[in-house]
Amino acid sequence: MTTEAQLEAQFADTIEAKDRIEPRDWMPEAYRKTLIRQVAQHAHSEIIGMQPEGNWITRAPSLRRKAILLAKVQDEAGHGLYLYSAAETLGASRNELTEKLIAGKQKYSSIFNYPTLSYTDVGTIGWLVDGAAICNQVPLCRTSFGPYGRAMIRVCKEESFHQRQGYELLMTMMRGTDEQREMVQESVNRFWWPALMMFGPPDDDSPNTAQSMEWGIKTHTNDELRQKFVDMSIPQAEALGVTFPDENLKWNEERGHYDFSTPDWDEFWSVVKGNGPCNDQRIAHRKRAWDEGAWVREAALAFAEQSAEAAAPAQTGSAPGQTGSSPATTTEETAK
Amino acid sequence: MTDTTSANTPRARGEWPLYEVFVRGKRGLNHVHVGSLHAPDDQLALRHARDVYTRRNEGVSIWVVRSSDITASSPDEKDPMFAPSGDKVYRHPTFYDIPDDVPHM
Repeated sequence: MTTEAQLEAQFADTIEAKDRIEPRDWMPEAYRKTLIRQVAQHAHSEIIGMQPEGNWITRAPSLRRKAILLAKVQDEAGHGLYLYSAAETLGASRNELTEKLIAGKQKYSSIFNYPTLSYTDVGTIGWLVDGAAICNQVPLCRTSFGPYGRAMIRVCKEESFHQRQGYELLMTMMRGTDEQREMVQESVNRFWWPALMMFGPPDDDSPNTAQSMEWGIKTHTNDELRQKFVDMSIPQAEALGVTFPDENLKWNEERGHYDFSTPDWDEFWSVVKGNGPCNDQRIAHRKRAWDEGAWVREAALAFAEQSAEAAAPAQTGSAPGQTGSSPATTTEETAK
Repeated sequence: MTDTTSANTPRARGEWPLYEVFVRGKRGLNHVHVGSLHAPDDQLALRHARDVYTRRNEGVSIWVVRSSDITASSPDEKDPMFAPSGDKVYRHPTFYDIPDDVPHM
């Protein structure tokens, strides 16, 4: 029999060797809890993240843009599903996660509590919001929990399309009229600060970071990733011909990084606590999709059970009704 | 993997069963485990697997299997089951010293 201490030592050795923890390994309860919280929050962000952009699918300016936006929103659904799968390997159930989201017991990224006021925002979200997400997610590909890392690899591969389509959309508008250029600048002004806040609170106000780094769940601090994102984004803004709304944004030769102002953390905490412009709307929408989809989930299950019963005894021909209705969760999610 | 013996089974909670998904990336390659999903039955599991795991030509063939139907070696990846192969170095070609000037070996 292995003792608790031996199991802990084995776990610590695996982390130390930068090897991966797999679902059936022994792990400290706090590690499991932290991961469930983080992976669930990540999954919820993907699912809620469909709403701000889904808002523009019916009003995309061309068939090409509409096809792109549909594909992108479908990807977000897929990313949510990869991540829910990863959370389930830790012993959380899918329904329980959704119910906790709807009840406000688990969070999602605050960025999605900001509205998309114009179609331009689809481009800005692709460039800045997905850009920030990539910054966050690339190091997570090497996170210590195997299924989470594997989900991240899959997500990162697809995320690059998201960022590039957004940037290309904005480039197209920048080649347009003065009014279109103003729309781009206005949209960038609105999203810049919320995008910086996506990396989470500053390091000295992020109590979980140290433990998460010790466990190899996180490999970089919030402030490190935020700095990296700022440094990456500035040349992209210059190439696009827009500015960021921060007068303190300038190159610091000594640090080898751009300096920037402190984000408004009061606003951040206020949105986290539920007072952002769209918090209620996002949850209400998710709840409606969940409630209105209940009969589909139940009917599909009943049909499957009936078919199995019909097929099992005495071979009385094939099951009635060869194909059931197809309740694809992805389309359920995107339905307005 | 899901516990199907207790009263609190996914089905008892009205949850679709969990499936594991395996995709053959292209002809000539093995099916590889890519993740899992929930579906009410085998046919819908296949359709959902297509939507979730092969949106960009990632596969030419998909297998799905109920997670509860998989038998796994043990809870621990560092299983003594694999210990017997650990000390049999003579099963590897590098165990044998062959002079450098012997060709094609």
